[in-house]
Amino acid sequence: MKVSMKINGVDYEKDVEPRRLLVHFIREDAGLTGTNVGCDTSSCGACTVLMNGESIKSCTVLAVQAEAAEIQTIEGLAEPDGTLHPLQRAFQECHGLQCGYCTPGMVMASLSLIKENTSLDEQAVRRGLEGNLCRCTGYHNIIKAVLQAADEMGVKA
Amino acid sequence: MTKIAEHDMSVIGKKVLRREDPALLSGESKFVADLEAPGVLNIFVLRSSVANARIRSINVQRAKEAKGIVAVYTAADLESEWAAPMPCAWPVTADMKNPAHYPLAKDTVRYVGDGIAVVVAHSTEEAADAASLIEVDYEEQPVVIDLEEALSGRHLVHESLGTNVSYVWELNPNPVGLEKAFTEAKYVVSERYVQQRLIPAAMEPRGVLAVPSPMGGDYTLYSATQVPHILKVMAALTLGISETKLRVIAPSVGGGFGSKLNVYAEELICLALSRKHRLPVKWVEERSEGGQATIQGRGQVQYMELAADADGKLLGVRVNLIADMGAYLQLVTPGIPLLGAFLYHGVYHVANYGFKATGVFTNKTPTDAYRGAGRPEATYAIERAMDALAKKVGVDSAEIRRRNLIQPEQFPYNSPAGLIFDSGDYPKNFEMALEKLGYSKLREEQAQRRLQSSTKNLGIGISFFVEMCGLAPSRVLASLNYSAGGWESATVRILPTSKIQVVTGTSPHGQGHETSWAMIVADKLGVPIEDIEVLHSDTAIAPHGMDTYGSRSLSVGGTAVHLATERVLDKARKLAAHQLEVSEEDLDYGAGAFSVKGAPEKVMPLAGVAFEAFTAHNLPEGMEPNLEASISWDPPNFTFPYGTHLAVVEVDSETGKVELMRYLSVDDCGNQINPMIVEGQIHGGIAQGVAQALYEEAVYDESGNLLNPSLADYLVPSAAEMPNFELGQTVTPSPTNPLGVKGIGEAGTIASTPAAINAVVDALSHLGVTNIDMPASPERVWRAIQSAKG
Repeated sequence: MKVSMKINGVDYEKDVEPRRLLVHFIREDAGLTGTNVGCDTSSCGACTVLMNGESIKSCTVLAVQAEAAEIQTIEGLAEPDGTLHPLQRAFQECHGLQCGYCTPGMVMASLSLIKENTSLDEQAVRRGLEGNLCRCTGYHNIIKAVLQAADEMGVKA
Repeated sequence: MTKIAEHDMSVIGKKVLRREDPALLSGESKFVADLEAPGVLNIFVLRSSVANARIRSINVQRAKEAKGIVAVYTAADLESEWAAPMPCAWPVTADMKNPAHYPLAKDTVRYVGDGIAVVVAHSTEEAADAASLIEVDYEEQPVVIDLEEALSGRHLVHESLGTNVSYVWELNPNPVGLEKAFTEAKYVVSERYVQQRLIPAAMEPRGVLAVPSPMGGDYTLYSATQVPHILKVMAALTLGISETKLRVIAPSVGGGFGSKLNVYAEELICLALSRKHRLPVKWVEERSEGGQATIQGRGQVQYMELAADADGKLLGVRVNLIADMGAYLQLVTPGIPLLGAFLYHGVYHVANYGFKATGVFTNKTPTDAYRGAGRPEATYAIERAMDALAKKVGVDSAEIRRRNLIQPEQFPYNSPAGLIFDSGDYPKNFEMALEKLGYSKLREEQAQRRLQSSTKNLGIGISFFVEMCGLAPSRVLASLNYSAGGWESATVRILPTSKIQVVTGTSPHGQGHETSWAMIVADKLGVPIEDIEVLHSDTAIAPHGMDTYGSRSLSVGGTAVHLATERVLDKARKLAAHQLEVSEEDLDYGAGAFSVKGAPEKVMPLAGVAFEAFTAHNLPEGMEPNLEASISWDPPNFTFPYGTHLAVVEVDSETGKVELMRYLSVDDCGNQINPMIVEGQIHGGIAQGVAQALYEEAVYDESGNLLNPSLADYLVPSAAEMPNFELGQTVTPSPTNPLGVKGIGEAGTIASTPAAINAVVDALSHLGVTNIDMPASPERVWRAIQSAKG
C-alpha cells in the first residue's frame, strides 16, 4: 500500500506492507533511527513520537494509519544549526539520561506533556511519564529536567 | 584527601555535563539495531517452547520454501562451525560440572528459550514468518524447577551428569571456632531468604551484526555488549577464527546491568553464518524473546545464621546457599555466588565466618551477572538477619547495628573471610544518615500510628552495605579460579596539533566514561577538556581491555588513564628539560606548560613539546619520537564502597499495598570525579534494587514456562512508582589507587533491596509479620498479614 506523510517537515512516500508499523516506517523507510524500539508490547515508550502534535507510541500505529499525518521525531527537535531544544538541554543539564536508549521517547513524551499542560508539578510529571520506562536513571533527574524545561517554556509549576 | 582533590583549579569533583549527551539527545547515536550493511541477511532464532524434552524430529522443509528465505539451519547443520563449546570462564572448583553448551540445542532442549533452529532471510519479518512453519516433535521429560527439589536429583537437567549439582564451594577458615560461636551464643538467628530470579531488562534489547570481509578473511562483529574485548577472545576461540582476524565493536549500547557481560549464542551464530554466507548477518532481539534468551539475575535460596552474645554482639555468621545456575553455565554463571561469598557479615565485625554455596542446574534460562552480582544477595541476607537479631535481643534495629559496626581504627580491616577492607568510617556515615532522615522522629510517628491502630502502617528500613568492587586484582582472581585477569589498560597520545587522544579498555554503556576520563586527563595536564577525545569499545582502536562491569571502570580503568597521563608527562618533561637546557628537577609544570624554576619567563607549553616530539628534530639522546604512553594497571586490592540506605514506606494493611514514601542514602565511594554522574548512578541503582524488593520477579510455572517475559507483564517500575531520592555523602578515599576512588555503579542496587523489604516488614512487625518474600506485592503482603493473625 502507498503511504505518504511528513516527518520533521520532509515528505516521505513509500509502498509498504499493510502490517508495517509506523515505527518501522520511521526507522527503515525514512531512515530516522533516533526513534528506538524497546519492547514488543507497547509498554516501554522508547518509540514515542508526536503525530499531529500529540505523543503516540509509534509501535501502536500502522504506517498506513499515519497517511497524510505530520510526524515529529527526536531528530526534528534541535535547531538546524545544532542548538538543542530547551527540553534536550534540560535533560543534559539535569543528567536526565545515562545510556540514552529510552531518551528519544522520553523527551518526545515530555514535550507533549509540557505542551498539553498549563501547570506541572513533580507528581503530574511522574504520572504523565508512566508509559515511558527508563532502567538507568531511577527517574529522579528526568523529573527534574522536565520541570526545568517546563518552567523555561512558560509552564507554571 | 589525595593530591588531586586538593587541586583548587581542578575540574575533578565538579559537575561537568556529559559530552555523550548531545548525540544521544538528538537521535544521532547509533545502536546495533540502527546499523546497516549492504546485502545483510537477517536471522530469526526458533526457540524451544518446552523446558525439557528430547527432540524426536524437526522438519524445516516448509520454512525453507517460504518467501524470502535464504536458508534454515538446525544444530546438526552447524556442528562443523564450532571449534569449541560456548565459554564458561569461571570453573569455580576443579570438579565443577560444566556440560557442553552449543549455540543451538541438538537432541535435547533444556529450557524454554533454548535455540533450536535459525532461519536466514532477507528481512526479519520473512524470517519470523518462516520460523512458524518449522515443525518440532518433542518427547517431553520431567522438569526441574525448584532449587531444593533440584538437589534431590529425582529428575535431572543433564542426565549424563547423574546429578543436578554443578559444584559445591566452601569458605570456612576456622570451622572449630565457628562451631563454638554457635554453641556458646546467647542468641541464634536462623533465617531462610529467597532471592527471586530477575530479568535485567536493559532498555536496549541485545543486537548483533557480523560483517565479513571474505577475501581479506577478517570479520567485524558489532554487538550490544559490555565486553567487546572478552567477546573477541572468546568468539575467536569458539569459531576457530584467528584473533587477529576479528574486530569487535560495541557501538552505543543501551544499558547492560550485567546482561551484556556475556558471550551469547546469537553473537556466535551471526559470526558463523557470515562466514558461511560471506555476507553480513544481523539479529535483533525482541523484548519478550530476551526474557528467555538473555541471562537472568539472582536466583538463590539463602540459609543465614547469626550467633550473638547477650549484648547482641556477633560471634559468628554461617551461610548456606543454593544457587540456581539455570540449564547451562554461561560466561561467569558459577562465579556469581562467590562475588558475595566474602561479604555475608556486611559492615559488622565478627570473628567467625563460614560460607557454602551449591550451584544447581534447573530447566530455566541460565543465570549470570546482574547489577551487584552476588553482593546484593549477601547484603540482603545480613541486613535482614540483623533486623531479626534486633528483634530477638529486643533492641532497635539501628542500635543492633551500632553495637556491631567495624570501627574506624580497625581499618585496614582484616575480614574474617580473608579480605582487607581498604578504608572507612562506618559510624560517622551511619549516624549522618539517621540524623538526616529524622530517624527518632519517624519512630515516634510510627508508635503514634500504632496507638491509633492506623491501617496506614509506617515502616522504616535500614540497610548498611559494604561491597567489594573494582574487579579485580588478577592474583586474587587466580585464587578464585577465574580464567582471566582484572587489570585495565590506557593509552594517552598527545598529537602534533596538541589535541589529545585517550584510549581506554573500558566499555561504557551509560556511565559517561568519555566525560570522566577526559576530566582525569584535563586535571593532570592542565589543558582544556575540549582538547581531549576518549576512544573506546572497538578492539581495533583499543586492543587491550577488560571492559566494564563490577564497578571497576573508574577505580581500575580510570586509574590506568591517570597513570598513563603521568607517564606521558614524564616523557614530555624529559624533552622540555632537554630543549630548555635545564635538568628535569628544575622544571615546574602547571596550566599546560613547563617553566623553569626561578626563571618563569623560560616556558615551554605542552603543545610545543608535542610538536617537537612529532618532528623529532631535537630529541634527547635515545628518546623515541612521539608523545604517547600506554599502561596496563593491575589493582593491588579491591575497593570497598559503603553506605547507609534508609527506606520509609507506608503499608496499607487492608489492601497490602506498599508505598515508598521516602528514600535516603549516604554513600561513600571515596573521592568523586564527577558528582553529577555519581548521583545518577546511585539514583538508578536504588530504583533497580527497590524494584527487586517490591515489583519484579521472573515467574516460572511448574512446567518451566516463563510467564512474564514481556514488559507488559514484567513490572519494571515507572516514574509513578518512585519517589525523589535524598542523597548525602561521606568521603573516605581509597588507598588502593592513586585517585582514591572506590566505584559507585552497583552501590544503589546492593543496598536498596534490603532497605525496602526491612521497611515493609518493620511496618507490619507489630502485627506479628516477620518475613515477606520478594517481591512484596500487595497479595503477598496481605497474605503475610492474614497468616500472622493466625
